[in-house]
Amino acid sequence: MSTRKILFPVLAVALAFGSCVHVKEYQKNKLNDADMLLGARKSQKNELNFQNYREGAAGANGGKTGGGCGCN
Amino acid sequence: MTLVGIYILCMGAFAQPTKKDSVYASRPLRLDEVNFVTGYYTQEGIHSPVTGGIGTEHVVDLSNGLDVKFVGWDTHNTKHTLGVDVGFDHHTSASSAYVSKSGASKTGGTRIYPSLDYTAENSRGNSIGFGTYFSTEYNYKSFGLDVHAGRKIGDGTTVNAKLSGYFDKVKLIYPSELIPQTVATSPTTYTTASGNTVGNGGGYEGKSSIPSSPRNTYTLSLGAEQIINSRMQVSVVLDLVAQNGYLGLPFHRVYFNDGSVQVENLPGIRKKLPIGVRLNYFAGDRVVIRTYYRYYIDDWGLKAHTAELEVPVKITPFFSVAPFYRYYTQTAINFFAPYGAHTAAEQYYSSNYALSALTSHYIGAGFHLAPPDGILNKHFNALDVRFGHYTQSTALYASSLTFAFTFK
Repeated sequence: MSTRKILFPVLAVALAFGSCVHVKEYQKNKLNDADMLLGARKSQKNELNFQNYREGAAGANGGKTGGGCGCN
Repeated sequence: MTLVGIYILCMGAFAQPTKKDSVYASRPLRLDEVNFVTGYYTQEGIHSPVTGGIGTEHVVDLSNGLDVKFVGWDTHNTKHTLGVDVGFDHHTSASSAYVSKSGASKTGGTRIYPSLDYTAENSRGNSIGFGTYFSTEYNYKSFGLDVHAGRKIGDGTTVNAKLSGYFDKVKLIYPSELIPQTVATSPTTYTTASGNTVGNGGGYEGKSSIPSSPRNTYTLSLGAEQIINSRMQVSVVLDLVAQNGYLGLPFHRVYFNDGSVQVENLPGIRKKLPIGVRLNYFAGDRVVIRTYYRYYIDDWGLKAHTAELEVPVKITPFFSVAPFYRYYTQTAINFFAPYGAHTAAEQYYSSNYALSALTSHYIGAGFHLAPPDGILNKHFNALDVRFGHYTQSTALYASSLTFAFTFK
Protein backbone atom coordinates (compact mmCIF):
# COMPACT_ATOMS: atom_id res chain seq x y z
CA MET A 1 0.00 0.00 0.00
CA SER A 2 1.03 3.04 1.32
CA THR A 3 4.61 2.37 2.32
CA ARG A 4 5.66 4.17 -0.84
CA LYS A 5 3.24 6.99 -0.08
CA ILE A 6 4.75 7.44 3.38
CA LEU A 7 8.28 7.08 2.12
CA PHE A 8 7.84 9.77 -0.53
CA PRO A 9 7.49 12.75 1.84
CA VAL A 10 10.12 11.28 4.16
CA LEU A 11 12.59 10.98 1.31
CA ALA A 12 11.72 14.47 0.07
CA VAL A 13 12.47 15.88 3.51
CA ALA A 14 15.63 13.80 3.83
CA LEU A 15 16.77 15.22 0.50
CA ALA A 16 16.00 18.74 1.72
CA PHE A 17 17.81 18.09 5.00
CA GLY A 18 20.82 16.80 3.13
CA SER A 19 21.15 19.88 0.96
CA CYS A 20 21.20 22.45 3.74
CA VAL A 21 23.86 25.10 4.27
CA HIS A 22 25.08 26.80 7.43
CA VAL A 23 23.13 29.98 8.11
CA LYS A 24 24.58 32.50 10.56
CA GLU A 25 22.36 34.29 13.05
CA TYR A 26 22.57 37.62 11.21
CA GLN A 27 21.40 35.86 8.02
CA LYS A 28 18.16 34.65 9.61
CA ASN A 29 16.04 37.79 9.23
CA LYS A 30 13.90 36.17 6.55
CA LEU A 31 13.67 32.84 8.38
CA ASN A 32 12.50 34.69 11.50
CA ASP A 33 9.69 36.47 9.66
CA ALA A 34 6.25 35.71 11.12
CA ASP A 35 5.06 34.29 7.79
CA MET A 36 7.88 31.71 7.84
CA LEU A 37 6.51 30.05 10.98
CA LEU A 38 6.73 26.25 10.64
CA GLY A 39 3.28 25.64 12.05
CA ALA A 40 -0.30 26.75 11.95
CA ARG A 41 -1.13 30.38 12.75
CA LYS A 42 -3.21 31.30 15.79
CA SER A 43 -5.88 32.58 13.42
CA GLN A 44 -6.12 29.04 11.94
CA LYS A 45 -7.24 27.50 15.23
CA ASN A 46 -10.96 27.58 14.39
CA GLU A 47 -10.58 26.17 10.91
CA LEU A 48 -8.36 23.32 12.14
CA ASN A 49 -11.16 22.50 14.58
CA PHE A 50 -13.95 22.35 12.03
CA GLN A 51 -11.80 20.42 9.54
CA ASN A 52 -11.08 17.83 12.25
CA TYR A 53 -14.82 17.43 12.81
CA ARG A 54 -16.01 17.42 9.19
CA GLU A 55 -13.28 15.13 7.86
CA GLY A 56 -11.99 11.74 8.91
CA ALA A 57 -8.27 12.56 9.11
CA ALA A 58 -6.56 14.59 11.82
CA GLY A 59 -3.10 15.22 13.25
CA ALA A 60 0.43 16.07 12.10
CA ASN A 61 -0.53 19.72 11.72
CA GLY A 62 -0.05 21.09 15.22
CA GLY A 63 -3.74 20.67 16.06
CA LYS A 64 -5.04 18.44 18.81
CA THR A 65 -5.53 14.75 18.15
CA GLY A 66 -7.99 14.15 20.96
CA GLY A 67 -10.30 15.89 23.37
CA GLY A 68 -13.52 17.72 22.58
CA CYS A 69 -16.39 16.37 20.62
CA GLY A 70 -17.67 18.38 17.65
CA CYS A 71 -20.58 16.11 17.47
CA ASN A 72 -23.11 17.71 15.19
CA MET B 1 12.41 2.41 23.23
CA THR B 2 10.23 5.46 22.77
CA LEU B 3 10.29 6.27 26.46
CA VAL B 4 14.05 5.81 26.56
CA GLY B 5 14.38 8.17 23.58
CA ILE B 6 12.24 10.84 25.24
CA TYR B 7 14.20 10.44 28.48
CA ILE B 8 17.52 10.94 26.66
CA LEU B 9 16.06 13.93 24.85
CA CYS B 10 14.92 15.45 28.15
CA MET B 11 18.21 14.85 29.89
CA GLY B 12 20.13 16.34 26.99
CA ALA B 13 17.86 19.35 27.00
CA PHE B 14 18.67 20.16 30.59
CA ALA B 15 22.31 19.25 30.92
CA GLN B 16 23.92 22.44 32.24
CA PRO B 17 27.59 23.36 32.28
CA THR B 18 29.02 22.93 35.79
CA LYS B 19 29.52 26.46 36.93
CA LYS B 20 29.43 27.60 40.54
CA ASP B 21 28.78 31.27 39.96
CA SER B 22 26.31 32.32 37.34
CA VAL B 23 26.80 35.55 35.42
CA TYR B 24 23.06 35.68 34.64
CA ALA B 25 20.53 37.58 36.68
CA SER B 26 17.22 35.91 37.44
CA ARG B 27 14.18 37.60 35.95
CA PRO B 28 10.86 36.43 37.35
CA LEU B 29 7.92 35.45 35.19
CA ARG B 30 6.26 38.48 33.69
CA LEU B 31 3.48 39.00 31.21
CA ASP B 32 4.89 38.75 27.69
CA GLU B 33 1.99 38.39 25.27
CA VAL B 34 -1.79 38.16 25.22
CA ASN B 35 -3.70 36.72 22.28
CA PHE B 36 -7.43 36.92 21.81
CA VAL B 37 -8.92 34.91 18.96
CA THR B 38 -12.59 35.14 18.07
CA GLY B 39 -14.27 33.29 15.24
CA TYR B 40 -17.58 32.85 13.51
CA TYR B 41 -18.38 29.64 11.62
CA THR B 42 -21.49 28.64 9.75
CA GLN B 43 -22.26 25.53 7.71
CA GLU B 44 -25.08 24.01 5.67
CA GLY B 45 -25.46 20.40 4.63
CA ILE B 46 -27.97 17.63 4.04
CA HIS B 47 -26.37 14.55 5.57
CA SER B 48 -26.65 14.85 9.33
CA PRO B 49 -25.60 11.67 11.19
CA VAL B 50 -28.18 12.48 13.88
CA THR B 51 -30.88 11.63 11.37
CA GLY B 52 -29.03 8.71 9.80
CA GLY B 53 -27.25 10.52 6.95
CA ILE B 54 -30.16 12.61 5.77
CA GLY B 55 -31.40 15.93 7.14
CA THR B 56 -30.03 19.36 7.88
CA GLU B 57 -26.48 19.96 9.06
CA HIS B 58 -26.99 23.66 9.72
CA VAL B 59 -24.53 24.81 12.40
CA VAL B 60 -23.50 28.23 13.67
CA ASP B 61 -20.53 28.39 16.01
CA LEU B 62 -19.09 31.36 17.88
CA SER B 63 -15.70 30.67 19.40
CA ASN B 64 -13.47 32.74 21.62
CA GLY B 65 -10.02 31.99 22.94
CA LEU B 66 -7.78 33.95 25.26
CA ASP B 67 -4.20 32.90 25.78
CA VAL B 68 -1.76 34.61 28.07
CA LYS B 69 1.98 33.97 27.99
CA PHE B 70 4.37 34.68 30.86
CA VAL B 71 8.15 34.55 30.37
CA GLY B 72 11.04 34.64 32.84
CA TRP B 73 14.72 33.62 33.13
CA ASP B 74 16.64 31.97 35.94
CA THR B 75 20.31 32.32 36.88
CA HIS B 76 21.31 29.55 34.42
CA ASN B 77 19.83 31.69 31.63
CA THR B 78 17.06 29.14 31.21
CA LYS B 79 13.91 30.66 29.77
CA HIS B 80 10.69 29.68 31.51
CA THR B 81 7.43 30.09 29.61
CA LEU B 82 4.02 29.63 31.14
CA GLY B 83 1.00 29.69 28.86
CA VAL B 84 -2.56 29.87 30.14
CA ASP B 85 -5.33 29.43 27.61
CA VAL B 86 -9.11 29.59 28.02
CA GLY B 87 -11.53 28.81 25.21
CA PHE B 88 -15.26 29.38 25.11
CA ASP B 89 -17.46 28.19 22.21
CA HIS B 90 -21.18 28.39 21.72
CA HIS B 91 -22.96 26.66 18.87
CA THR B 92 -26.46 26.10 17.59
CA SER B 93 -27.04 22.94 15.59
CA ALA B 94 -30.30 22.26 13.78
CA SER B 95 -29.78 18.49 13.76
CA SER B 96 -29.45 18.36 17.55
CA ALA B 97 -33.18 18.96 17.73
CA TYR B 98 -33.67 15.48 16.29
CA VAL B 99 -31.93 13.64 19.10
CA SER B 100 -35.55 13.57 20.12
CA LYS B 101 -37.54 11.96 17.32
CA SER B 102 -40.07 14.77 17.52
CA GLY B 103 -37.42 17.45 16.97
CA ALA B 104 -37.92 18.89 20.46
CA SER B 105 -34.35 18.62 21.80
CA LYS B 106 -32.28 21.66 22.57
CA THR B 107 -30.26 22.90 19.60
CA GLY B 108 -27.54 24.88 21.39
CA GLY B 109 -24.48 23.97 23.37
CA THR B 110 -21.50 25.57 25.07
CA ARG B 111 -17.99 24.26 25.46
CA ILE B 112 -15.40 25.66 27.86
CA TYR B 113 -11.80 24.46 27.59
CA PRO B 114 -8.96 25.85 29.71
CA SER B 115 -5.37 24.63 29.26
CA LEU B 116 -1.96 25.22 30.78
CA ASP B 117 1.50 24.75 29.31
CA TYR B 118 4.92 25.15 30.89
CA THR B 119 8.20 25.03 28.97
CA ALA B 120 11.79 25.56 30.10
CA GLU B 121 14.36 26.28 27.38
CA ASN B 122 18.07 26.53 28.05
CA SER B 123 20.50 28.89 26.33
CA ARG B 124 21.31 26.29 23.67
CA GLY B 125 17.69 26.10 22.61
CA ASN B 126 16.92 22.71 24.19
CA SER B 127 13.57 22.55 25.92
CA ILE B 128 11.33 20.44 28.13
CA GLY B 129 7.81 21.02 29.36
CA PHE B 130 4.39 19.72 30.18
CA GLY B 131 0.81 20.70 29.57
CA THR B 132 -2.66 19.95 30.80
CA TYR B 133 -6.06 20.44 29.20
CA PHE B 134 -9.69 20.26 30.24
CA SER B 135 -12.86 20.56 28.18
CA THR B 136 -16.47 20.37 29.18
CA GLU B 137 -19.72 20.48 27.26
CA TYR B 138 -23.15 19.01 27.92
CA ASN B 139 -22.40 15.57 26.51
CA TYR B 140 -18.63 15.36 26.57
CA LYS B 141 -15.83 15.90 29.05
CA SER B 142 -12.14 15.67 28.30
CA PHE B 143 -9.00 15.77 30.40
CA GLY B 144 -5.56 15.78 28.80
CA LEU B 145 -1.92 15.69 29.86
CA ASP B 146 1.29 15.94 27.86
CA VAL B 147 5.05 16.07 28.23
CA HIS B 148 7.20 17.52 25.49
CA ALA B 149 10.88 18.07 24.78
CA GLY B 150 12.96 19.60 22.02
CA ARG B 151 16.63 19.52 21.22
CA LYS B 152 18.86 21.37 18.80
CA ILE B 153 21.25 19.06 17.03
CA GLY B 154 23.83 19.97 14.46
CA ASP B 155 23.50 22.87 12.11
CA GLY B 156 20.03 24.37 12.06
CA THR B 157 18.28 21.14 13.04
CA THR B 158 15.76 20.84 15.85
CA VAL B 159 14.04 17.63 16.88
CA ASN B 160 11.10 17.40 19.25
CA ALA B 161 8.81 14.85 20.82
CA LYS B 162 5.51 15.08 22.61
CA LEU B 163 3.63 12.36 24.44
CA SER B 164 0.01 13.13 25.24
CA GLY B 165 -3.05 11.41 26.60
CA TYR B 166 -6.67 12.52 26.53
CA PHE B 167 -9.13 10.82 28.86
CA ASP B 168 -12.64 11.63 27.74
CA LYS B 169 -16.15 10.78 28.87
CA VAL B 170 -18.96 10.53 26.33
CA LYS B 171 -22.39 10.98 27.90
CA LEU B 172 -24.70 8.31 26.49
CA ILE B 173 -27.47 10.53 25.18
CA TYR B 174 -29.40 8.26 22.83
CA PRO B 175 -32.07 9.17 20.28
CA SER B 176 -35.38 9.27 22.09
CA GLU B 177 -36.75 6.13 20.43
CA LEU B 178 -33.57 4.15 21.15
CA ILE B 179 -33.02 4.89 24.84
CA PRO B 180 -32.19 1.55 26.51
CA GLN B 181 -34.66 0.61 29.23
CA THR B 182 -31.83 0.66 31.78
CA VAL B 183 -31.27 4.35 31.02
CA ALA B 184 -34.82 5.61 30.66
CA THR B 185 -36.59 6.47 33.88
CA SER B 186 -39.88 5.63 32.19
CA PRO B 187 -40.78 4.47 28.68
CA THR B 188 -42.28 7.85 27.89
CA THR B 189 -39.32 10.06 28.75
CA TYR B 190 -36.36 11.00 26.58
CA THR B 191 -33.11 12.83 27.04
CA THR B 192 -32.62 16.18 25.38
CA ALA B 193 -29.41 17.32 23.79
CA SER B 194 -28.78 19.40 26.90
CA GLY B 195 -28.90 16.36 29.13
CA ASN B 196 -32.33 16.97 30.62
CA THR B 197 -35.06 14.37 30.83
CA VAL B 198 -38.31 15.40 29.24
CA GLY B 199 -41.68 13.70 29.69
CA ASN B 200 -44.20 12.72 27.08
CA GLY B 201 -45.91 16.05 27.14
CA GLY B 202 -42.69 17.99 26.71
CA GLY B 203 -42.45 18.87 30.39
CA TYR B 204 -39.07 19.21 32.09
CA GLU B 205 -38.40 16.40 34.54
CA GLY B 206 -35.00 17.51 35.83
CA LYS B 207 -31.42 16.37 35.24
CA SER B 208 -31.09 12.62 35.04
CA SER B 209 -27.97 10.68 35.90
CA ILE B 210 -27.10 9.64 32.38
CA PRO B 211 -24.19 7.20 32.27
CA SER B 212 -20.99 7.99 30.40
CA SER B 213 -18.56 5.88 28.47
CA PRO B 214 -14.79 6.45 28.33
CA ARG B 215 -12.78 7.37 25.26
CA ASN B 216 -8.99 7.51 25.56
CA THR B 217 -6.54 8.91 23.04
CA TYR B 218 -2.76 8.46 23.27
CA THR B 219 -0.46 10.29 20.90
CA LEU B 220 3.27 10.22 20.38
CA SER B 221 4.23 13.12 18.16
CA LEU B 222 7.73 13.23 16.67
CA GLY B 223 8.97 16.22 14.73
CA ALA B 224 12.06 17.69 13.10
CA GLU B 225 12.78 21.15 11.72
CA GLN B 226 15.65 22.01 9.42
CA ILE B 227 16.98 25.26 8.00
CA ILE B 228 17.85 24.60 4.37
CA ASN B 229 19.32 28.02 3.58
CA SER B 230 18.71 31.66 4.52
CA ARG B 231 15.35 31.61 2.70
CA MET B 232 14.00 28.12 3.16
CA GLN B 233 13.10 25.85 6.05
CA VAL B 234 11.28 22.57 6.32
CA SER B 235 9.63 20.50 9.04
CA VAL B 236 8.22 17.01 9.28
CA VAL B 237 5.78 15.74 11.92
CA LEU B 238 4.76 12.14 12.52
CA ASP B 239 1.92 11.34 14.93
CA LEU B 240 1.30 7.86 16.25
CA VAL B 241 -2.24 7.85 17.63
CA ALA B 242 -4.10 5.07 19.43
CA GLN B 243 -7.69 5.41 20.64
CA ASN B 244 -9.87 3.10 22.64
CA GLY B 245 -13.30 3.23 24.25
CA TYR B 246 -16.56 4.54 22.82
CA LEU B 247 -15.49 5.97 19.44
CA GLY B 248 -18.90 6.62 17.92
CA LEU B 249 -21.54 9.00 19.21
CA PRO B 250 -24.68 7.66 20.89
CA PHE B 251 -27.14 9.96 19.11
CA HIS B 252 -25.99 9.08 15.58
CA ARG B 253 -28.69 6.98 13.96
CA VAL B 254 -28.20 4.32 11.31
CA TYR B 255 -31.16 3.22 9.18
CA PHE B 256 -30.86 -0.28 7.74
CA ASN B 257 -32.15 -1.61 4.44
CA ASP B 258 -34.97 -3.41 6.27
CA GLY B 259 -36.26 -0.12 7.68
CA SER B 260 -34.99 -0.68 11.23
CA VAL B 261 -32.93 1.91 13.08
CA GLN B 262 -30.00 1.60 15.51
CA VAL B 263 -27.36 3.80 17.12
CA GLU B 264 -24.12 3.77 15.08
CA ASN B 265 -21.68 1.11 16.18
CA LEU B 266 -17.95 1.46 15.56
CA PRO B 267 -14.95 -0.59 16.74
CA GLY B 268 -13.59 0.21 20.20
CA ILE B 269 -10.03 0.65 18.97
CA ARG B 270 -8.61 2.93 16.29
CA LYS B 271 -4.99 3.50 15.31
CA LYS B 272 -4.05 6.52 13.19
CA LEU B 273 -0.86 7.45 11.42
CA PRO B 274 -0.65 10.98 9.97
CA ILE B 275 2.62 12.37 8.62
CA GLY B 276 2.91 16.01 7.63
CA VAL B 277 5.61 17.96 5.82
CA ARG B 278 5.81 21.74 5.78
CA LEU B 279 8.16 23.74 3.55
CA ASN B 280 8.36 27.55 3.62
CA TYR B 281 10.30 29.67 1.15
CA PHE B 282 10.89 33.42 1.19
CA ALA B 283 10.95 34.48 -2.48
CA GLY B 284 12.41 37.91 -3.15
CA ASP B 285 11.65 40.57 -0.54
CA ARG B 286 7.86 40.53 -0.45
CA VAL B 287 6.53 37.05 -1.11
CA VAL B 288 6.53 33.97 1.12
CA ILE B 289 5.45 30.58 -0.18
CA ARG B 290 4.05 28.34 2.53
CA THR B 291 3.32 24.72 1.60
CA TYR B 292 2.00 21.75 3.57
CA TYR B 293 1.28 18.15 2.69
CA ARG B 294 -0.12 15.40 4.91
CA TYR B 295 -0.69 11.73 4.31
CA TYR B 296 -3.01 9.93 6.72
CA ILE B 297 -3.91 6.28 7.17
CA ASP B 298 -5.81 4.44 9.89
CA ASP B 299 -6.94 0.90 10.63
CA TRP B 300 -10.61 1.65 9.89
CA GLY B 301 -9.69 1.82 6.21
CA LEU B 302 -9.52 5.60 5.86
CA LYS B 303 -6.71 7.09 3.78
CA ALA B 304 -6.41 10.81 3.14
CA HIS B 305 -4.25 13.38 1.40
CA THR B 306 -4.12 17.06 2.37
CA ALA B 307 -2.28 19.74 0.40
CA GLU B 308 -2.13 23.43 1.31
CA LEU B 309 -0.62 26.47 -0.35
CA GLU B 310 -0.53 29.94 1.18
CA VAL B 311 1.26 32.90 -0.39
CA PRO B 312 1.62 35.89 1.94
CA VAL B 313 2.47 39.06 -0.03
CA LYS B 314 3.92 41.97 1.94
CA ILE B 315 2.16 45.06 0.63
CA THR B 316 4.19 47.14 3.10
CA PRO B 317 6.68 45.96 5.75
CA PHE B 318 3.80 46.01 8.26
CA PHE B 319 0.84 44.79 6.23
CA SER B 320 0.49 41.55 4.30
CA VAL B 321 -2.23 39.74 2.40
CA ALA B 322 -2.12 35.95 2.28
CA PRO B 323 -4.41 34.09 -0.13
CA PHE B 324 -4.58 30.36 0.59
CA TYR B 325 -6.01 27.15 -0.84
CA ARG B 326 -6.39 23.72 0.75
CA TYR B 327 -7.29 20.50 -1.03
CA TYR B 328 -8.34 17.39 0.87
CA THR B 329 -9.46 13.94 -0.22
CA GLN B 330 -10.24 10.77 1.73
CA THR B 331 -11.55 7.26 1.23
CA ALA B 332 -14.44 5.96 3.34
CA ILE B 333 -13.98 3.86 6.45
CA ASN B 334 -14.89 0.20 6.06
CA PHE B 335 -18.06 0.67 8.13
CA PHE B 336 -19.74 3.56 6.31
CA ALA B 337 -22.90 3.31 4.23
CA PRO B 338 -25.53 5.95 3.44
CA TYR B 339 -29.12 6.06 4.69
CA GLY B 340 -30.92 2.73 4.32
CA ALA B 341 -27.93 0.85 2.88
CA HIS B 342 -26.51 -1.04 5.85
CA THR B 343 -27.61 -4.64 6.38
CA ALA B 344 -28.51 -6.17 9.72
CA ALA B 345 -25.69 -8.71 9.28
CA GLU B 346 -22.99 -6.07 9.65
CA GLN B 347 -21.17 -5.86 12.97
CA TYR B 348 -20.13 -2.21 12.65
CA TYR B 349 -22.12 0.54 10.92
CA SER B 350 -22.19 4.30 10.58
CA SER B 351 -23.86 6.86 8.31
CA ASN B 352 -21.63 9.72 9.41
CA TYR B 353 -20.57 11.46 6.18
CA ALA B 354 -17.39 12.80 7.84
CA LEU B 355 -16.20 9.19 7.50
CA SER B 356 -17.40 8.71 3.91
CA ALA B 357 -15.35 9.08 0.72
CA LEU B 358 -15.14 12.81 0.07
CA THR B 359 -13.15 15.65 -1.40
CA SER B 360 -13.06 19.18 -0.05
CA HIS B 361 -11.75 22.58 -1.09
CA TYR B 362 -11.03 25.46 1.27
CA ILE B 363 -10.12 28.83 -0.20
CA GLY B 364 -9.72 32.24 1.36
CA ALA B 365 -7.34 34.94 2.47
CA GLY B 366 -5.67 36.28 5.58
CA PHE B 367 -4.67 39.85 6.41
CA HIS B 368 -1.88 40.66 8.85
CA LEU B 369 -1.31 44.14 10.27
CA ALA B 370 1.56 44.83 12.66
CA PRO B 371 2.80 48.45 12.60
CA PRO B 372 5.93 49.13 14.69
CA ASP B 373 4.13 51.63 16.95
CA GLY B 374 1.15 49.34 17.47
CA ILE B 375 -2.47 49.66 16.38
CA LEU B 376 -4.30 52.45 18.22
CA ASN B 377 -1.80 52.10 21.06
CA LYS B 378 1.65 50.56 21.52
CA HIS B 379 0.35 47.46 23.36
CA PHE B 380 -1.99 46.41 20.54
CA ASN B 381 0.77 44.71 18.60
CA ALA B 382 -0.90 42.92 15.69
CA LEU B 383 -4.23 42.11 14.08
CA ASP B 384 -4.92 39.06 11.91
CA VAL B 385 -8.13 38.60 9.96
CA ARG B 386 -8.77 35.34 8.13
CA PHE B 387 -11.74 34.36 5.98
CA GLY B 388 -12.34 31.09 4.17
CA HIS B 389 -15.05 29.27 2.26
CA TYR B 390 -15.24 25.48 2.44
CA THR B 391 -16.99 23.11 0.06
CA GLN B 392 -17.23 19.35 0.38
CA SER B 393 -18.34 16.82 -2.23
CA THR B 394 -21.02 15.61 0.24
CA ALA B 395 -22.94 18.87 -0.43
CA LEU B 396 -21.68 20.41 2.78
CA TYR B 397 -20.42 23.98 2.57
CA ALA B 398 -19.20 26.34 5.27
CA SER B 399 -17.67 29.75 5.90
CA SER B 400 -15.27 30.82 8.61
CA LEU B 401 -14.21 34.29 9.76
CA THR B 402 -11.55 34.74 12.44
CA PHE B 403 -10.02 37.76 14.14
CA ALA B 404 -6.81 37.36 16.14
CA PHE B 405 -5.60 40.22 18.32
CA THR B 406 -2.09 40.24 19.78
CA PHE B 407 -1.15 42.45 22.71
CA LYS B 408 2.38 42.86 24.08
